[in-house]
Amino acid sequence: MSFELPKLPYAYDALEPHIDARTMEIHHSKHHAGYTNNLNAAIAGTDLDGKCIGEILASVSRQSAAIRNNGGGYYNHDLFWKLMSPNGGGEPTGELQKAINDTFGGFEQFKDKFSKAAATRFGSGWAWLVKLSDGSLKICSTPNQDNPLMDDAEVKGTPILGLDVWEHAYYLKFQNRRPDYISEFFEVINWEEALKRFQD
Amino acid sequence: MKHELPKLPYALNALEPLISQRTLEFHYGKHHQAYVNNLNNLIEGTSFENADLVDIILKSDGGIFNNAAQVFNHTFYFMALKPRGGGKPRNKLYDALVYTFGTFEKFKEEFSKAGATLFGSGWVWLVADANNKLSIVKTSNAANPLCDNLTPIMTLDVWEHAYYLDTQNARPKYIENFWELIDWELIETRFENL
Ligand SMILES: [Fe+2]
Ligand SMILES: [Fe+2]
Repeated sequence: MSFELPKLPYAYDALEPHIDARTMEIHHSKHHAGYTNNLNAAIAGTDLDGKCIGEILASVSRQSAAIRNNGGGYYNHDLFWKLMSPNGGGEPTGELQKAINDTFGGFEQFKDKFSKAAATRFGSGWAWLVKLSDGSLKICSTPNQDNPLMDDAEVKGTPILGLDVWEHAYYLKFQNRRPDYISEFFEVINWEEALKRFQD
Repeated sequence: MKHELPKLPYALNALEPLISQRTLEFHYGKHHQAYVNNLNNLIEGTSFENADLVDIILKSDGGIFNNAAQVFNHTFYFMALKPRGGGKPRNKLYDALVYTFGTFEKFKEEFSKAGATLFGSGWVWLVADANNKLSIVKTSNAANPLCDNLTPIMTLDVWEHAYYLDTQNARPKYIENFWELIDWELIETRFENL
């Protein structure tokens, strides 16, 4: 059994003008496809063949760099696509809204802190909103394709939001202006999906 | 001491079509410039204020290190490019490459492979150790071989910003183009001055 490139839940141009169609197409059909193929090649014939991605990520400290990097890349991008929507933006609702307000003092404070984590990640990586095992929320960032599900992550938990800050995620449209990309991301966040993840 | 963006020995459109003017406008004009500006701002009022760049790289960490190393790395990279470059090095450097890697083609293959397989952002280097022995190393993000007592001879920027406007996800294509732009004379001088 091998992993398949997940279909995007919307068209390549659906997030325009915030995220452009060309970026979405290359990001999904080249980068995400690359991680998926390389993950399959890395687990072929090993005892990870047939395991679900969660199990693989939970054991990366004992696996090869290829499994860490491509397993992370496969999972992170799948999550990222689902956390955006042409009908996204606005603010979180329900329990997630309450938890964000309680933890960060309000949505604007949360947005500032998350944006700062994304803007200051040096090199390639991701910014995260994570639900820890005690149910509390935390903002962090990880290098490259690492994520909070990895057994050796500094901040471990369930990713509620994830933002790709590899240059490939924004360079065609924003070039060196990563902060502009980050504010556009807030216009397409699928808060419904984030709430679902928070409640699970 | 104020650090400055070095002038390039070629026009921003001079490396077309292999590296576009637009890429250089951002890479040199924005990224390299930002590292210089950030460095100057960060060292103001610190013990690094009057230190030279290599000294800062060897002794700092965090944001000062990242920006200082990125100033060095980009200068080292941009200065060794030229329009209608490429070909092969001559003299001592050529002999040393053949001695170390078997053939020049083998060196090229290994260096290209290091560039293609570096995961995330970073640099590929040809370096010399204290005995002038050559090797290829990869470094992540801003990291610089000087910190491992290795002397850089040539470098390749494989941050995505170095090629994304020109070749997008096709990093190997960018690396192929890089070989056509190398100023071997300058790199020979670096090696001969060890
Ligand atoms: Fe990505
Ligand atoms: Fe660069």
